[in-house]
Amino acid sequence: MIRQRTSKSSRSAAISFALSLIFPVLCAAQTPAAPAVPANPPTVFSNPRSGPDDPRIGLKPGLYDAGEAAFGLQKVATLPKPAGFAPGEAPLTPPAPVPPPTGDAAAAGRGGRGGRGGTPAPNYGGVNSDLAFNGNHLFVGNYNGINFYDIDNPQKINLRTSVICPGGQGDVSVYGHLLFMSAEAMNGRVDCGTQGIPLPPGYTPPPPPPAPPADPAAATAGAAPAAGRRGGRAPAPPSPDRFRGVRIFDISDIAHPKQVAAVQSCRGSHTHTLVLDPKDKDNVYIYISGTGGVRQAEELAGCSGGDPKKDPETALFRIDIIKVPLAHPELAKIVNSPRIFTDVQTGDIDGLMKAGDQGPGTQRSSATNQCHDITAFSSIGLAAGACSGNGILLDISDVANPKRIDAVSDPNYSYWHSANFSNDGSKVLFTDEWGGGGQPRCRATDPMHWGADAIFSLVNGKLTLQSYYKMPAPQTDSENCVAHNGSLVPIPGRDILVQAWYQGGVSMVDFTDAKHPYEIAYFDRGPIDVEHRATGGMWSVYWYNGYIYGSEIVRGVDVFKLVPSKYVTQAEIDASNQVHYDELNVQNQPKVVWPSNFIVARAYIDQLTRSGAVTPQRIAALKAAIAKVETARPSKKDMDGLQTIGVGLDKDAVTAKTSADADRMHALAEIIRKNTVDKQ
Amino acid sequence: MAICVPAISAALICLGAAIAFGQETKPPTGPPTIVQPGAPGQAGKTLTPATARARPHTLADADVSFMQGMIMHHSQAVEMVALLKTRGASKDLQALGDRITISQSDEIRFMKKWLEDRGKPTTMGQDMSHMDMKGMDMKGMNMKMDMPLMPGMLSPAQMDALAKAKGAAFDHLFLTGMIQHHTGALTMVQELFETPGAGQDAVLFDFATDIDNTQRAEIKIMQGMLEKK
Repeated sequence: MIRQRTSKSSRSAAISFALSLIFPVLCAAQTPAAPAVPANPPTVFSNPRSGPDDPRIGLKPGLYDAGEAAFGLQKVATLPKPAGFAPGEAPLTPPAPVPPPTGDAAAAGRGGRGGRGGTPAPNYGGVNSDLAFNGNHLFVGNYNGINFYDIDNPQKINLRTSVICPGGQGDVSVYGHLLFMSAEAMNGRVDCGTQGIPLPPGYTPPPPPPAPPADPAAATAGAAPAAGRRGGRAPAPPSPDRFRGVRIFDISDIAHPKQVAAVQSCRGSHTHTLVLDPKDKDNVYIYISGTGGVRQAEELAGCSGGDPKKDPETALFRIDIIKVPLAHPELAKIVNSPRIFTDVQTGDIDGLMKAGDQGPGTQRSSATNQCHDITAFSSIGLAAGACSGNGILLDISDVANPKRIDAVSDPNYSYWHSANFSNDGSKVLFTDEWGGGGQPRCRATDPMHWGADAIFSLVNGKLTLQSYYKMPAPQTDSENCVAHNGSLVPIPGRDILVQAWYQGGVSMVDFTDAKHPYEIAYFDRGPIDVEHRATGGMWSVYWYNGYIYGSEIVRGVDVFKLVPSKYVTQAEIDASNQVHYDELNVQNQPKVVWPSNFIVARAYIDQLTRSGAVTPQRIAALKAAIAKVETARPSKKDMDGLQTIGVGLDKDAVTAKTSADADRMHALAEIIRKNTVDKQ
Repeated sequence: MAICVPAISAALICLGAAIAFGQETKPPTGPPTIVQPGAPGQAGKTLTPATARARPHTLADADVSFMQGMIMHHSQAVEMVALLKTRGASKDLQALGDRITISQSDEIRFMKKWLEDRGKPTTMGQDMSHMDMKGMDMKGMNMKMDMPLMPGMLSPAQMDALAKAKGAAFDHLFLTGMIQHHTGALTMVQELFETPGAGQDAVLFDFATDIDNTQRAEIKIMQGMLEKK
């Protein structure tokens, strides 16, 4: 365990926070946090909040000198964001001159009570976002572009190339020499310019339309509201310079990437998913998830965002699929916009989640007219879509024509955000980004089953809720926190996700038992700032070839390694390090296959020891037998001895108390067989 | 020795390559390059750390007035829920009201911080000329004119009617009023993004998009409640 406890200055904060846990009523008046929530208790397990002795409570705030707490993870490197992305380069708009006080208006003008006399907040620079990996390179997306890092030595990573190209969110994927990037914001430009979209010279706004009376009925599912429009503002003129969609860069020359294509889409690209077709080696596909407003047809032909009843061609209620010819990426284009929310019975394209009320005391679930993120797991021909109001399952055996095969909703879910499959495809872990990521939703007052992971079993194409998991340490009101992006950690025999929780830090969860997930490692920092609200923390945290990389929105890139703890042994870490990816895009989830060697076997042995599924005597005999076989010239007797133990394990697996232990015993027996029988 | 097997996902998964991985020789590299690519097919530019520095972001007036207006707009929702506490009948509606209060109270604090951090007033008042609202009493919600301030906001007459209603009649007025109110928020978001030069601040973009998503969902919930009655 590594603990860097906080300095004295934070001690009082820690104590007062601890007190607030004990005397919530006393502190209620001071904390303008969430009111008591009449949340219905969940029908499935939800992990408990950690106690007041959790070292993550009361960490000292700071941009680069915050207090840190870690368990089972060791931070080995941090690299702040570089020029063009770093905090503090350009101040936020300087304070406007405040007019002289005139009674009440002045108090209101400074934000009423608590106004601090206009201390401008620090500017935290471009927002770091998602990660992709290729060989010895790490690609860190940012609202302002992408940074490429050399990670030959993960403990000493180096910035290689910065690409300045605004557009947010800057989600990245990489395939060979092609790098893909999402852009959705209003300031993105085809030419990667940083000036945004200025008005054309001599532009004068057309006269405003007359204001119609308010019409509440106009708020139909996903339709653009027409009600209550005030006069006085004219729509922005369409701009051929604006870019919202997916950019494609050629990174053959890693120091001089070139933009080879910029595929525009109606809602832009909030996230995207690289999807490969096992039958097609000449093309790759990109699924675009767009969550922003729909552009005007004057800006991008064919775009409209109307109510599907009146506008069957609406850009709502669909995803877009780009086909990228590898030999000619400049010809990449949208080839399909499947209506994956269609009600198969009625044919209505807005078939899912028409009414959002899921009962009293439950979450508000966003109406499903979009996916936020999709994770493809090609090895089983499925993708899991986190689609605002629903989790959905897609059959992607025909990559360009995904078909929905299941959809679930959940009364405790507000915004279905992302998904990960377990490596055997028997579970899907979804995340709920309650509050959109900018809000503090891990306070002691926030329910543990809101803004959490939801773990579903996946059997015969059907998803069934098993449990919730939320990073357990209560966070302050100054820390935006909710479930966010993570990846599997390839420890054989267990389902483990390492996950980002914004300013809630990193939490590693074991969900091998889908009904009882629990935390096995963590890393956390104190708030970035307690005076000014900063949106920061971990966006994505992914395992790649023995290290765990985190994109910290404000503070840069962090690199961690696993260290043994009561929950993870060195043998399990060694076994995970037997896995090597040439490339990793987490939303194009790879199927991990472990080698049949004794390094992996020792992880299973530790797990069977931990669970007690195999007696200590047998474990000792097994270890001794493996040691003999590992010698340079094992005798036939040694080989036969180990083989006998292996056969016994295989046979006894049926009596194991849990299916996880049975699987481990079978896997161990298989390794033994391959290293004894097959070698004789 | 690395063993590579093509996984079905077509990403190569190499087994046992950890040793080889650590031994690869590092290619010679110079200082990091900073590149601003051009449009597809166009040449890019190489920048220096000095020229790459982000320029001060200029906020559009509409960005500031959106946040100021939304604070006022959200405040009325909180006020309406306060009435619901004592006057409403439906338990489902009370639960919905609590959720509205959590999200809108959090968001009000978020918007005030956003404005304060940028040195902007948290309420409108100085420059209202473009909104044609001169002479209005801007203190709180007790508007003297029978006209909504921000899109969808209930007029003083509507608020009065709500404050006098009770039971099922209150619930109905609350639902129709809150649907009107939330619909106005969608209008405000749409107007923001349609305003030339506005909505280009990343934090604001994310925030406004989230308001659109969540209020749309709440409208659907409330429409469902109305239909049930």
